[in-house]
Amino acid sequence: MTDSLPLLFAATLSAGTVLAIASLGLLINERAGVINLGAEGMMLVAAVAGFATAFHTGSDWLGFGAGALAGAAMAAAFGVLVIWLDTNQIATGLAASLFGGGFSAFVGIGYVQEHLRDRAQHAWPVLGDLPVLGPALFRQHPMVYLAMLLALGIWYFLYRSRAGLVLRAVGESPAAAHALGYRVRRIRLAAVIAGGALCGVAGAYLSVVYTPLWAEGMVAGRGWIALALTTFATWRPARVLLGAYLFGGVTMLQFHLQAAGVQVASQWLTMLPYLATIAVLALLSRNPAWIRANMPAALGKPFHPGD
Amino acid sequence: MPRLETRPAPSRAFAVASPLIALALTVACGIALFALLGKDPARGLSMFFVEPFRGAYGISEIAVKATPLMLIGLGLAVCFRANVWNIGAEGQYILGAIAASGVAMQAGPGTGRWIVVALLLAGVAGGMAWAALVAFLRDRMNANEVLVSLMLVYVAEQLLGWLVYGPWKDPQGYNFPQTITFLDPTKIPRLVAGLRVHAGFVVALLAVAACWLFLFRFRAGFALQVGGLAPAAARYAGFSSRAALWTALLVSGGAAGLAGAFEVAGPLGQLTPYVPAGYGFAAIIVAYVGRLHPVGIAFSALLMSLFYIGGELAQSRLGLPKSLTGVFQGLLLFSLLACDTLIHYRVRWRAALPSRAAPAQAGSRP
Repeated sequence: MTDSLPLLFAATLSAGTVLAIASLGLLINERAGVINLGAEGMMLVAAVAGFATAFHTGSDWLGFGAGALAGAAMAAAFGVLVIWLDTNQIATGLAASLFGGGFSAFVGIGYVQEHLRDRAQHAWPVLGDLPVLGPALFRQHPMVYLAMLLALGIWYFLYRSRAGLVLRAVGESPAAAHALGYRVRRIRLAAVIAGGALCGVAGAYLSVVYTPLWAEGMVAGRGWIALALTTFATWRPARVLLGAYLFGGVTMLQFHLQAAGVQVASQWLTMLPYLATIAVLALLSRNPAWIRANMPAALGKPFHPGD
Repeated sequence: MPRLETRPAPSRAFAVASPLIALALTVACGIALFALLGKDPARGLSMFFVEPFRGAYGISEIAVKATPLMLIGLGLAVCFRANVWNIGAEGQYILGAIAASGVAMQAGPGTGRWIVVALLLAGVAGGMAWAALVAFLRDRMNANEVLVSLMLVYVAEQLLGWLVYGPWKDPQGYNFPQTITFLDPTKIPRLVAGLRVHAGFVVALLAVAACWLFLFRFRAGFALQVGGLAPAAARYAGFSSRAALWTALLVSGGAAGLAGAFEVAGPLGQLTPYVPAGYGFAAIIVAYVGRLHPVGIAFSALLMSLFYIGGELAQSRLGLPKSLTGVFQGLLLFSLLACDTLIHYRVRWRAALPSRAAPAQAGSRP
């Protein structure tokens, strides 16, 4: 047990990183007032794009880049439809998720049995050799630490920079932002694309580092959980990070319980993260006033300059 | 740059034309995709729109696949009209299949045909129960129904997996994850001997009429739609939004559950991990393409059924992945949503340079 706890912790960080990056991305576009239910589809397409790129080039980072591009491209299509053509945000997001599911399976069919060669072991120079802390904290893929920096960066951007203030204004009161001369729809599109790119990085991290392989539907609801996380975290970056690790832990718990010899069918343990999402969602949503106080005021509402 | 201008009234012409334009756009994308993959586009398209109609067997298969799509799509139309976003019909469909299987497995060789009715009712109850969870959490806890209903799909898949790998596994099934083959008395009656089309298709067609009556001739259906369109007006009229929420979710859950029951006791004849075939998600597209109107949904379910069969044919005859179906389904919904913009807006092509544009415009008018 003493040996496996640091490993459980390490696996939790890695599983949480997928959720953290995706959810931080969704946080940006929700702070600008757009809710993108296409997260699951964007992550799937990015996962296959990232895996294929890493497979052919041998570089994780090119894989992440390809994932970011794939996610951004899908988000751009979603954004143009929702922001300029004024389509229903829920239905359009669903369309992106359904399309992403089919398209990724279609494109990825040739990669189903493939493996990535020579996975590099990552370890910090001295810290990685520490007895318990080393395996728990300091032998992760660099992306795990970048995700933490990303949360910090997004916090700084949102609360300490002028651009972040404008972004929040667009999400809280697009009419006021418009009156001040800001191009509300362009800012929203930029936020949606940024969110899609981060969902893409998350999808690519999943297929290149976390599993690492490609399988149809492998995102397995993580996009939806990431969407729920932004609500759980009341749209704050630090809480998103915390929530992502908590949910990473719930995902990992099933493997840990099985290894510990708990006699429960694996299916019941696999249900845990989904049941946990429902439970947390229900508990947190119980007070509508609290949600409303924290939610970007114009979330999900279209904006037309000149109306 | 083109600019959108609000129409004084929604265009009725575009409301009807939009699904057709969307279908044309999807077909155009399909042609491009086939060409890109080095397949003959004409042959590729014929897999979707010509080959499925070859012979009685083909027609029967279209009806078989249209049955669950139509039933679930009708339920979702009621839901979406009430502005309730039940995205988890797939889960309710699985629960319906599980509940119906539970009844079907009780049958002995001497059981009467009444068991078919019993298992169908069990399917409805199973789907309703799964949707009732969503309704309860939304009603009492204010939990977002999109996320809850979706999460319950994953839970339902695991529940199904546990049953067929565990307690319900056929002891004589060579360790395959599946239940026993259901006995003859439980089989849904077939419409034509030798073809798989079953009584469920007739029920689905009757459901079209029932759905139309409910939406356009019953007070409850009217109240539900007012609540979806204008919550404030519904409150003023004294229509209960809670009643609308529960009705919408129970109707759509029950319809999805019924579809699941027909599927396991009809074409499948046993419960397997492959029961969830994505009908619950495809039915969202069916509902939209059918304009959330019962008659439109009957047609769009048949169209979506062609997509499924076309995907299978493209796999077996052209060696393309079956997931082509999903690509086309997603494209169809995307282009439909884009085309729907034209119902409420018209496009104004504003020229970049007004001084030059003006004479050009004058010249174009003879």
